Amino acid sequence: MKRLLNTAILGVASAIALSAAPALAQDVVIANATVVTGDGSDPIENGVVMIENGRVTYAGTANGQSFSTDLVVDANGAWVTPGIFATVTTLGLVDVGAVSESNDSRAGGAPFSASLDVAPAVNPNSQNILIHRAAGITRAATTTLPSASIFAGQGAIIDLDADGNPIVKARAFQMVDLGEGGARRAGGSRAASYTLFRASLREAQALSGGGTPQTTEITADGEVLLNRFDAEALKPVVAGTQKLYVAVERASDIRSVLALKTEFPRLDLVLVGVSEGWMVANEIAAAGVPVLADPLDALPTGFDQLASTQSNVGRMKRAGVKVGLNAAGMENPRRLAQQAGNLVGLAKMPGASGLTWGEAFASISSIPAEISGMGGKAGVLKSGALGDVVIWDGDPLEVTSVPTAVFIGGVEQPLGSHQSRLKERYRDLDESDLPKAYDW
Amino acid sequence: MNLTKKALIAAASAFALAGCATTSSANTAGDDSGSDDAPRFAAKTESEGPFPSTYSAYPGAPTALVGATVYDGAGNRIEGGTVLFRGGKVEAVGGSDLSTEGYTVLDGTGKFVTPGIIDIHSHLGDYPSPGVQAHNDGNEATSPTTPDVWAEHSVWPQDPGFSRAMANGGITSLQILPGSANLMGGRSVTLKNVPSRTVQGMKFPGAPYGFKMACGENPKRVYGGRGRKPSTRMGNFAVNRQTWYDAIEYANNEDAKRNLGKETLKGVLEGEILVHNHCYRADEMALVMDMAKEVGYKVTAFHHAIEAYKIGDLLRENDVCSAIWADWYGFKMEAYDAIMENAALLQKEGACVVIHSDSQNDIQRLNQEAAKAQAAGARMGIEISDADVIGWITLNAAKAMGIDDMTGSLERGKMADVVLWNGDPLSVYSRPEKVWIDGALMFDAMDRKRRPVSDFELGQPGEGDVK
Repeated sequence: MKRLLNTAILGVASAIALSAAPALAQDVVIANATVVTGDGSDPIENGVVMIENGRVTYAGTANGQSFSTDLVVDANGAWVTPGIFATVTTLGLVDVGAVSESNDSRAGGAPFSASLDVAPAVNPNSQNILIHRAAGITRAATTTLPSASIFAGQGAIIDLDADGNPIVKARAFQMVDLGEGGARRAGGSRAASYTLFRASLREAQALSGGGTPQTTEITADGEVLLNRFDAEALKPVVAGTQKLYVAVERASDIRSVLALKTEFPRLDLVLVGVSEGWMVANEIAAAGVPVLADPLDALPTGFDQLASTQSNVGRMKRAGVKVGLNAAGMENPRRLAQQAGNLVGLAKMPGASGLTWGEAFASISSIPAEISGMGGKAGVLKSGALGDVVIWDGDPLEVTSVPTAVFIGGVEQPLGSHQSRLKERYRDLDESDLPKAYDW
Repeated sequence: MNLTKKALIAAASAFALAGCATTSSANTAGDDSGSDDAPRFAAKTESEGPFPSTYSAYPGAPTALVGATVYDGAGNRIEGGTVLFRGGKVEAVGGSDLSTEGYTVLDGTGKFVTPGIIDIHSHLGDYPSPGVQAHNDGNEATSPTTPDVWAEHSVWPQDPGFSRAMANGGITSLQILPGSANLMGGRSVTLKNVPSRTVQGMKFPGAPYGFKMACGENPKRVYGGRGRKPSTRMGNFAVNRQTWYDAIEYANNEDAKRNLGKETLKGVLEGEILVHNHCYRADEMALVMDMAKEVGYKVTAFHHAIEAYKIGDLLRENDVCSAIWADWYGFKMEAYDAIMENAALLQKEGACVVIHSDSQNDIQRLNQEAAKAQAAGARMGIEISDADVIGWITLNAAKAMGIDDMTGSLERGKMADVVLWNGDPLSVYSRPEKVWIDGALMFDAMDRKRRPVSDFELGQPGEGDVK
């Protein structure tokens, strides 16, 4: 990749360029690129992406485009994509999973559930943020996970840039587990989790002026399943102004969740996990409820996932369901691109259902962004979108590829981390002059 | 009631007879205690191989794969290669000049052929799907040392995970290890990935046993959490060393009362059983290698070996393999220094690399994990050929499992464990098209009936579906 400062290589100056730029944002034109817009369409050869004032002003073919800019990047044919949008994650909440002092992803000991708000807990300096930024993930949905009750709390949309202000939208969604896990948390039965769910939402309705609140607290075995603060926090859920992510796998559970809309018509549902979604794909599509699916589940890991197949995403897509890939359904979110790539490979297999390359990339960019309430702003390269742009050293869905440059909001980001520093230190094992501790 | 009693007596006498027979055969072999009076009861000895493999190859047609790019697992790549197998064995591997007369010829133009993929670290069967509590059979977490348990006694052959590993991952052999809760977790078992009603029907004939050990966080957490020794890393070593001293005493005492756990430890000291040691940190691996020297055994492979790249020189000098992930990191403290360049840095240092899964999911994509690790190396200037990288999931794994004289590479006389891929196996877009085990076609993506469906899946939603 070659950088040419202040050189317009394709055309004439335009006057808009330098006004009202964000503090560190540069106006950038990336030329000679294989441009992926993220909307599901095929890549564009010899494309151009223009970023001004932190936003994309153009993404498409080079024909007839002219510009004046701070920085021109000649991509030499490299792939240029919108940043990957990872949801659902715990990015920024965890340093080390099994080190409980460093892990804010579950609050099982707290008397709160739905009222938990992840926004103040997100640490933008977490190595997990740095590592995933370097993997091309520019924005994410991050949340606490269900622990003491069926409700996980209120997740946030974050960016992964280095400016220290990760929160894009606080309290963007609530999450609830209405599958096997939720049933255990509610006392041991799905019947209990649905009763708890209804009671909680009715309480929220009452607090919203739809009746008289009946209870201040629901407890079982000393665990608080819902308190007044939690019921208060569910008011925007029942009003449909805050999305409700529902973790669910079994076909019959999916139907039961969709049926909740008759009782609480304003619920803005997103289904998460959904291993048996293909069995009820037409019903999900008819309900217009989007899905964040675990893409490569192929095993009956529980009795709620007996029909798991990697063809699940493709079949739901064919049935008209809006499907993004669930980042929580893999070892770590930086595998999103790999998992999407697998769905492309799957399409070649007899009897299987996969995705086209464009659909696969959309399932980790524009679709999760739309589901996260950032449709048209993130996960796409088009005029008006945020300047989240990634330049890759190869096909971004290949396991061998990584970003060579990552822009978030138009600002080029550092890509180093603890891991990259270790790699450099241990490039050789030579300690003939001094111990490795001096090699930094 | 009477009937039952009679039946029991009859069974007992039959057993006694069998015992006599084996004892007398042991007498002739000269490794008996020398007593003239054969004991009335005697269990089979270790050397008589209890729970023997009953696996035998399924029938297969003499097959010639032609026109494909062949990675032989031993570091060679042949463009437009020919692979011939018959009677369960590889007969020849070469170029287009090899005669295919007498073979069923399969055109592999544009496709790739590798040896069957081998996972050195799996818990399939011991932690099967569905992953319910009743299926948690992988950790005998009741004592920090349980060298007496054998993983094969926990393997549920109906685990649907075996079939996914074959169909999606091209896995033809795998080592099932006990978990890592214990310092000494027990014996592993090596299986052919062939569906069977019994675990004996999967046991890899002639494969040596492995012995699972674990250092670091897991044992001290599990037992320290119960107020028991070990609760520290120094406690880990203390318990291990004393256990080895006791084993040495046992091994030196021909009259010692038979002890199941110590028989396994003796097998390790004799070099018959290979040590597979779960260990993350570099400093800890260095200590374990010194413990092995102190006691007199050899570590065959460190598993997980997150920080192996920090001591590639030591691992090379001690001839210890590192069985590792490509990109797992940060899930516990001792995994904090994981880097994707681990494999490449080890290879550069001349140490042995194996890519493993430890996962019912990743075992379906070991090829992709290997490719990831290769690419990370290439980005820092360490170029490792595709053919060598395939060796990380075939021949190197076989070496560390002691089965490399039988499988792991496409060489004349070896088992015809073969995968035909529909594209470059180091690409995310490629998948196994056909899988042969001992020359028998066990998976064929083009034939929906040539796909194993476990008992558990019958009559369930998704029976026989593409997975």
